[in-house]
Amino acid sequence: MRPRGLQVATACAAAAAAVVASQPGWAETIKIEIAKLAFSPAQVSAHVGDTIEWTNEDVLVHTATGRNHEWDVTIPAKGAGRTVLTKPGKIDYFCRFHPNMKGEITIEGK
Amino acid sequence: MLGVRVGAALAAMVLGAGLVGAGSAMAQSAKPTDPQIAHIAYTAGDIDIKAAKLALEKSKNPQVRAFAEDMVRDHTAVNDQALALVKKLNVTPQDNDTSKSLVKQADAERTKLSALNGAAFDKAYAQNEVAYHKTVNGALQNTLIPSASNPELKSLLETGLKMFQGHQQHAEMVAAALK
Repeated sequence: MRPRGLQVATACAAAAAAVVASQPGWAETIKIEIAKLAFSPAQVSAHVGDTIEWTNEDVLVHTATGRNHEWDVTIPAKGAGRTVLTKPGKIDYFCRFHPNMKGEITIEGK
Repeated sequence: MLGVRVGAALAAMVLGAGLVGAGSAMAQSAKPTDPQIAHIAYTAGDIDIKAAKLALEKSKNPQVRAFAEDMVRDHTAVNDQALALVKKLNVTPQDNDTSKSLVKQADAERTKLSALNGAAFDKAYAQNEVAYHKTVNGALQNTLIPSASNPELKSLLETGLKMFQGHQQHAEMVAAALK
């Protein structure tokens, strides 16, 4: 009996883990593409704990710099950059090298 | 100012095309050709790289130096892309009067800037960068992009325009901070 109980417990734990992992909104990664000096989409919604990942198609180095100075992510040419959102609120951001590039992230609590 | 003089050269180019267009069936041939456009765009980038290299030799201001480094990096990247594109398209960039006069005026401006030092240099360089980018933006928007026939060249020029516009805003911030 004992080995069987253990098996059931393991199966239950695995099932529970699968349910948690598949919960929508559980620490998602939100992708924003940069091409021809534009963030796309320029406006995204996210939750605290989510990761924003910028991928850069340009041959130019860009930054995603929060106007609130909370983060300043460098995104290499043809590369990517990430930041984890830690606080709720609306953050306007721009590229320090090309200030005509602008984006906005609205962050809700968990 | 380099920007003003370059503006005059580019205006002359645009006006020249306009005058021919006004009374002649030669209007189409007055537009710069793709090989000429490629040469003008490359030259415009190269001029800004040379100005930035001068700033890196002369300036001690961290903001001015950071801006100049951005200019070298960005314009080198886009000019390399332009070279790769003309190679792919099998186009040979063609020197022309607009490119020649851009270079001549930029050389004269660089001589003037070379004579300045310290804060006077920083201020003159930053102001010139604002004027120069503004002028090139106008030329890209009004002449070079509408005249380009090859879609890939047009697309690269459009990216170039957004980059020049971004640099203009960046230069305006640097110039304002030096006042």
